[in-house]
Amino acid sequence: MRTPARRVVVTSAAVGIIAALTGCASGGGGAAGSDGKNGELTLWTHNAGNKAELDAIQSIVDDYNASQDETSVKVQAFPQDSYNDSVVAAASAGKLPCIVDIDGPNVPNWAWAKYLAPLDLSVDLDKNLPSTLGVWNDETYSVGYYDVALATFARKSVLDAAGIRVATVEEPWTREELDSALAALKAEGTWEYPLDLGTAGTGEWLPYAYSPFLQSFGGDLVNRDDFQSADGVLNGPEAVEWATWFQGLIEDGYAAKKSGKDSTIDFQNDRSAILYTGSWAATSTREVLGDDLVVMPSFDLGTGPKIGGGSWQWGVTTGCANPEAAMDYLSFSLKPEYIAAVASATGTIPATAEAAALVPGYEEGGELAQFREYSEKYAVLRPETPAYPFIATEFGKAMQDVINGGDPRSTLDTAVKNIDTNIKSNGGYTQK
Amino acid sequence: MTTSTQGPSIIPLEGVAIAKLPGPVGRKKPNRSYRHEQRSGLAMLAPAIVLLILFILIPAGLAFGLAFTNARLISPYPATFAGLDNFVRLFQDASFGRALLNVAYFAIVVVPLQAGLALVMALLINTRIRGTTFFRTIYFLPVVTSMVVVSLLWVFLYREDGLLNVLLSKATFGLVTGPDWLGETATAMPAIILMSVWQGVGFHMIIWLSGLQTISAELYEAADIDGVSRWQKFRYITWPGLRATRSLILVTITIAALSLFTQVSVMTQGGPLDSTTTVVYQAVESGFRQQETSYASAISLVFFVIVLIISAIQRLLTREKV
Repeated sequence: MRTPARRVVVTSAAVGIIAALTGCASGGGGAAGSDGKNGELTLWTHNAGNKAELDAIQSIVDDYNASQDETSVKVQAFPQDSYNDSVVAAASAGKLPCIVDIDGPNVPNWAWAKYLAPLDLSVDLDKNLPSTLGVWNDETYSVGYYDVALATFARKSVLDAAGIRVATVEEPWTREELDSALAALKAEGTWEYPLDLGTAGTGEWLPYAYSPFLQSFGGDLVNRDDFQSADGVLNGPEAVEWATWFQGLIEDGYAAKKSGKDSTIDFQNDRSAILYTGSWAATSTREVLGDDLVVMPSFDLGTGPKIGGGSWQWGVTTGCANPEAAMDYLSFSLKPEYIAAVASATGTIPATAEAAALVPGYEEGGELAQFREYSEKYAVLRPETPAYPFIATEFGKAMQDVINGGDPRSTLDTAVKNIDTNIKSNGGYTQK
Repeated sequence: MTTSTQGPSIIPLEGVAIAKLPGPVGRKKPNRSYRHEQRSGLAMLAPAIVLLILFILIPAGLAFGLAFTNARLISPYPATFAGLDNFVRLFQDASFGRALLNVAYFAIVVVPLQAGLALVMALLINTRIRGTTFFRTIYFLPVVTSMVVVSLLWVFLYREDGLLNVLLSKATFGLVTGPDWLGETATAMPAIILMSVWQGVGFHMIIWLSGLQTISAELYEAADIDGVSRWQKFRYITWPGLRATRSLILVTITIAALSLFTQVSVMTQGGPLDSTTTVVYQAVESGFRQQETSYASAISLVFFVIVLIISAIQRLLTREKV
């Protein structure tokens, strides 16, 4: 309880406001800047904390710099937590770097804010998984080397003992099957909470992991016809049923209100029977469990299994003085061997089939190839609207309230009201 | 400007020192000396004033203006005037009402608790026995630790399988199993209050202590001669002697309590079910994570008015009666 805390808040708010104002003054942020003028392009990435990925990116850049003499690319890495703020600040100051990476769902917001320029690459992007492209207003603004897929993990021995069948892509678990499986596992008494949904997660995990359940029930985050309202989809009967179901999992003791700090390790230590997680956890879990691990698709809660799509992607900013060179670099970096290198460094799903063939496990019939299949079949992009960052925070808040026992109907109504107000106060987020 | 280094305004530590002082140079040309003092005083103030204007006054002014627009953190369009839209929305927002209630709850518990505890601690260490320095250091230690670090550590203490619950269970031979302190609506705010008081109490202890040490020892000596009880000494010497310190502590704790933010941001993010959300937390959330600069400005403006009113009332109640 010291006053300096308050001053810090006031000061940081002030900095933000000044940044916002100067952003407005400079004509909507990111008029053609100076980066790239003398043949030196700057590339910003969020993965300062992920050495494997950063090294993979650096080696692509090194190869590109060695391949020609006209331009050279320089990598600047940021910690993920402060990355978005850095880009926003750079845009306000008119000092955007030529090339940035972007979390997929943020692409429409940054495209709308005129941070990003539409891509004009010399490679054919049709071969990419659709969830690795950032498309808004019929323009492609970003392309990724990889995607990730949500899945469920279980021990084969546990399922067999409880008489539960292994779910497949052709026949995923239905809601009834999931419920009876959980009841059977809970009755065994081995696990306090048989299902680990990763409920300790915060931030983007909440919409990424749980909005696909909502979509499988038949609801959605926002009405995708015109992206003007969430009314009727985020608080319709399907959505209320979804929230009630989710809350039921927690009230019935099938899933924890707050899961452990690391769900993957808890599962590996047999503290849960079924783990809802992503493709990134597959390799380490396979090492621990060996052949006993079964990887299964997400649940069919009504309209088939759904999983989130869209991970980190690359784009060229409007602040680049030499966009041709930036596009040239991106085209160069999309060679199958580079996509494969980044995907294997990060343990993610390669964006193209050609690259997948080069990554052990993702080749045709490989043990990880099913994740690619999930991405192709089930991926639903988070709504491609500039309103997404706002929708995500409202959904996250609603999700936490539902987990903590809030009334489903009124919780969702509040979220809808806030989202609709936000869209309206931004003139529908249309491009004038 | 009382920062004079000239002879006359120095209060010598001992009466005998007066005779040894150099002649009263300043008294001959009081005006010139005064102007000089004023200039150097202003020069010394300047850095603080400039920073205050730059980082407090200008932003505050901007926030007042922005509250009536639809400004956003990220937007391709310039902000336009939106009248009272933000305020209408604010007063219809149920979670803002909840934030006001939470802040009131926090302040009403923390202000007397922290001020009282700090006074008791100050009285305890204001004695001339061995080891007071040790206790002063111990009590002050949490204050110099970053609130973010303290909050992170207490998150672990408060977990369902955390230290606090283990101790509870051991102390009661397994009879009591503590809840997930930060995960229940009933216990989350009390948990934050306990931690906040623990962290902040040392700071106010030091302020009380400085107040205690301004009270002349002669008064206590005289009281001893009169054979006064300990309670009477406190009631009729200490308590009146702390009047100025008291208002300072009241106002600073109240303002700090009203602007509760760090603990909530680190420990609960306003949850569960809005039971720990606060006004400042909502301003930061909507201003940065939700990119709604104008709405956050409206929250800040309302917050400013509330703090102003409360401080004015306190000032009125604790003012020197003529």
